[in-house]
Amino acid sequence: MNSFSLADCSTVEAALSQLKNGAVVKAGGVDLLDRMKNGTDTPDRLVNIRNIRELRGVQATPDGLTLGALTTLAEIADHPTIRAQYTILSDACGRAATPHIRNVATIGGNVLQELQCWYFRSAEFQCIRKGKDQCFAFSGLNQYHAIMDYGGCPSVAPSSGAVALLALNATIELTSAAKGKRTVAIKDFYVQPDANPHRFNVKADDELLTAIHIPKTAPGTRSAYQKYGEKESHDWAIADAGILLEMDGEVCRRAVVTMGAASPVVRRSTEAEAVLTGKPITRDTARAAGQASMTGAMPLSMNGYKVQLFPTAIYRTILLAAGQMERDPSAAG
Amino acid sequence: MSGHQPPHKELPEASSTPATKGITRRGFLKGAGITAAGTALLDGVHGLQQEAHGATTRDVKEYGPEAFPVTLNINGTEHALHVEPRTTLAEALRNGLGMTGTKISCDRGVCSSCTVWLDKMPVNSCMTLAVDAIGHRITTIEGLSTDSEVHPVQAAFVRHDAMQCGFCTPGMVMSCAALIERNPHPTEADVRVAISGNLCRCGTYPKVFAATLDAAGQHASKA
Repeated sequence: MNSFSLADCSTVEAALSQLKNGAVVKAGGVDLLDRMKNGTDTPDRLVNIRNIRELRGVQATPDGLTLGALTTLAEIADHPTIRAQYTILSDACGRAATPHIRNVATIGGNVLQELQCWYFRSAEFQCIRKGKDQCFAFSGLNQYHAIMDYGGCPSVAPSSGAVALLALNATIELTSAAKGKRTVAIKDFYVQPDANPHRFNVKADDELLTAIHIPKTAPGTRSAYQKYGEKESHDWAIADAGILLEMDGEVCRRAVVTMGAASPVVRRSTEAEAVLTGKPITRDTARAAGQASMTGAMPLSMNGYKVQLFPTAIYRTILLAAGQMERDPSAAG
Repeated sequence: MSGHQPPHKELPEASSTPATKGITRRGFLKGAGITAAGTALLDGVHGLQQEAHGATTRDVKEYGPEAFPVTLNINGTEHALHVEPRTTLAEALRNGLGMTGTKISCDRGVCSSCTVWLDKMPVNSCMTLAVDAIGHRITTIEGLSTDSEVHPVQAAFVRHDAMQCGFCTPGMVMSCAALIERNPHPTEADVRVAISGNLCRCGTYPKVFAATLDAAGQHASKA
């Protein structure tokens, strides 16, 4: 790691005043230190927000839930209200990385993680995301890369938290010294590579992600998330599925199907959702929804297996959410 | 935390950050464990940086980039040493204090061989900056047993022969002991989750499960 100075801040106001001259925010530090140890990121100065107490914790509000940006993945995974009413989120946060990482990794940092692509994360490869005009993955080793919506960069969205937050229609609260607070719907938070290859999300450098708001779920909502990796624990997803079903008796009134590790930005499958909407959840409708999720898939040279894996992941997670199948023993942790 | 392997073998590894400038690790280790030696090193070392980016205030503490003195509470004892902002807790323990029971293997939070407790919570010390450990109670493998009593998890690891090469063992023991601290009657499923981040390439997992469950029995009968 390169040498740097560190400003350890105890209030949001103090941290905002430090966000200048290329200073980089550190919370739990898991993703940032990984990139710094790789040599891809070499900031001269870190602004440490880890000790800002006002950014911690889960608050129930009349409209739903507010997660302080520094709430850890372990705290979210173990939170009784989230487990009961926002199961998809406790599922996703409880299966990211390892128990020790979940003890320090924050939900803000999880959402802000940079892309998963081993070329992007290596200091030896200067790619389209780093201001050059080349992608190494298209003609290189791409077994873990995207199969949909990738444009000029087939990296994959790394955040399992975002797979759940997109299904829950969360909003991201951003705060800056100059403009105060603004909120952005999570569906508008991430930037598609072709829109701007140099930005991964709409957060400006002088903004701090301070909170995540989650609206109340409708009565009859059931949800679940499952992650599939090469290893049983501590592996990046090769496919992950988030399912939210608003049930009206036997009939699914509204369905949300979200996918991680399929594209550079976490995505909804409107095709899969259309299959489920207005119908009872059965093995047949769940299977058809899984198949529909692959509409428009364009696998690369080494990741055609994902086109088989996603329909299965989505099928099994729909049935898990509906209470018709146990958690898949072959899904991660 | 690079879960996937890099595309080719020539990628450089991040070198370990020396915790102390001008002092070789081996030379320093000769004085390790002697608090007086650690304190003597502090002579002439700058305190909190006051110039580079403005002064430390009530809401902002400035550190580095040069080394600065800190006091870390490790295994119930205050240890003085100096670190840079980039020094990880694992490097501070091993290179700064000679407490080499904590292992650095992947240095990315992938293998958990560097597991220590921060206020009884197991964390990867390789992905924790030493500055973030200030004010917390750190427990390392060296602090688990007392002079008169071996920790039940360590004793059970010996009884069950729950190790082969031993490199993952300190981290594995710290994870299992943390589990028993917060859940005195774990099931095998609980043990599996607790060590799901601890890699053992020798494959000793079944014996780790057995040892931890056995230790929990012993723990429970003592309580």
